Amino acid sequence: MNVIVCVKRVPDTETRIRIGEDGRSMEVTGVKFIMSPYDEYAVEAALRCKEAAGDGDVRLVTLGQTDSQETLRQGLAMGADSAVLLVGDVTADGLATAKALVAELEGTDAPLILFGVKAADDDQQQVGPMVATLMGRACVTGVVSFEVSGDVVRCHKEVEGGSEVIEATLPAVLTITKGAYDPRYASLKGIMAAKRKPLDEKAAAAMEGRLEVVSLSPPPDRAAGKIVGTGPDAVPELVRLLREEANAI
Amino acid sequence: MANVLAFAEQKEGQIRGVAREAVGAAAVLAGELGGEAHALVVGAPGVSTGAAALGAAGATSVAVAEHAELGDFHPEAYATVVAAHVRDGGYGAVVFPATIMGKDLAPRVAALLDVPLAGDVTELKVDGGAVSVVRPVYAGKAFAEIRLAATPALLSIRPNVFAAGSGGGDAAVTVFTPEVDPSSWRQRVIERKSEGSGALDVTEATQIVSGGRGMKDPEHWGLLEELRDALGAGTALGASRAVVDAGWRPHGEQVGQTGKTVSPSLYVAVGISGAIQHLAGMRTSGTIVAVNKDPDAPIFKVADYGIVGDLFEVVPRLTEEVRALKAKG
Repeated sequence: MNVIVCVKRVPDTETRIRIGEDGRSMEVTGVKFIMSPYDEYAVEAALRCKEAAGDGDVRLVTLGQTDSQETLRQGLAMGADSAVLLVGDVTADGLATAKALVAELEGTDAPLILFGVKAADDDQQQVGPMVATLMGRACVTGVVSFEVSGDVVRCHKEVEGGSEVIEATLPAVLTITKGAYDPRYASLKGIMAAKRKPLDEKAAAAMEGRLEVVSLSPPPDRAAGKIVGTGPDAVPELVRLLREEANAI
Repeated sequence: MANVLAFAEQKEGQIRGVAREAVGAAAVLAGELGGEAHALVVGAPGVSTGAAALGAAGATSVAVAEHAELGDFHPEAYATVVAAHVRDGGYGAVVFPATIMGKDLAPRVAALLDVPLAGDVTELKVDGGAVSVVRPVYAGKAFAEIRLAATPALLSIRPNVFAAGSGGGDAAVTVFTPEVDPSSWRQRVIERKSEGSGALDVTEATQIVSGGRGMKDPEHWGLLEELRDALGAGTALGASRAVVDAGWRPHGEQVGQTGKTVSPSLYVAVGISGAIQHLAGMRTSGTIVAVNKDPDAPIFKVADYGIVGDLFEVVPRLTEEVRALKAKG
């Protein structure tokens, strides 16, 4: 079974964010970039799908600059078969990103297109369901695990106070969250093989971004707190402060 | 002049608290745009019962799309109904709650209407006639101010951040029956499991009791459950990445950059040292309490109140004191 996985290059989640000189973007000097962790779960899910079916290709798609090649090679080293880099700017406008992806994905015969549930940089959680809506495909978001049987994909999802099982008809788009698909490490052999796997590069379809980032700021500082005390004897004073000073309980 | 629409989420026929927050945010925007705040409820017949009360949250009128097939959230059908209503109403802006449902629904509506969406917004204003929002990025390590250059301006608001409006009496309610064709649905929920009524998603809780590696063993979570119960309704359990990665707690509880970003009024961090990606996810909480045996743990740098000590002694005492306080009223 052919599976397409859309991935994104993001700053490592341990990165301390510094604001760039333009006041609208992050300072990238010295920052390590990784494949968004949720996208790694999606790649792992795709590889297991292919392994379970015994045939098919896993193809990676990303929108970004040439440095995103590194992200794609990482996915190829995990075991994906091919990749395409759509060279273009990623803006804050998720719909513009979705349209650029759809221009590439339209007409694909892959019954499954996977995304991470969200990108670890802008946290919008929107490109997957937008792509599905534009392509007229079913879409299940926040999927913890799934199984394909025939032309149906059965998805497990966590919702407020419980869980759901959702069945969708293929072709479908799924956005994958943490749960069942701990990503495999790329083996040395995988890393060597990835260098020879096809990685196409082409210009992304022209997009009009309609969300403009005016400024980027650090989070507001929290006033320094206080250590109320040591051990259980400090609890009555803590509770008094929470009630009388903070009005929190 | 433009009116603003709030999507008023319901669950099992009851309009949710977060719907009133969406209406409150819509009323603020409508005030600045010189229009009115309206609400849209989608649900099964009978859901209109509580609709008029959205007037008190700031809506002047409420449209209710009732259909027997729409009691549960069905993304494709809901998106079609909402998009058509936005188009027909000529709205200048639409506010969704950034709940699990809202995060699934809003992008679909955006794609149907061909306008962009700003998600999980924590501040909003109107500037020169255009809607401008602030939203956390990098899981709260930075905040981006974003100008929405398209009409309608679509946004979803983070739960627990915006207040419901106030003042108004009952809103005018209009009930209509949308066209729904279940035979065209490409997906449906076939099984639903509840972990007991009142269980809350961590993003919507007003109080969170969160546990980290200092808890030592998943079997010790009973301690935190007791504190949660003592704090009462609206309290949820949270977890650090370390304990989720260890398989002690479900990912749905994880707070931080590869989990959820939360803003409860009270956040109690128990045995959590405070990795940067965790702090990012909870630093906008109202009051932060930390219990940790290490006085140098980074969590104390963001906590309003800290107790240095053995959590296995401190937490039971805290539960006991909170219970006593609540019993006094």
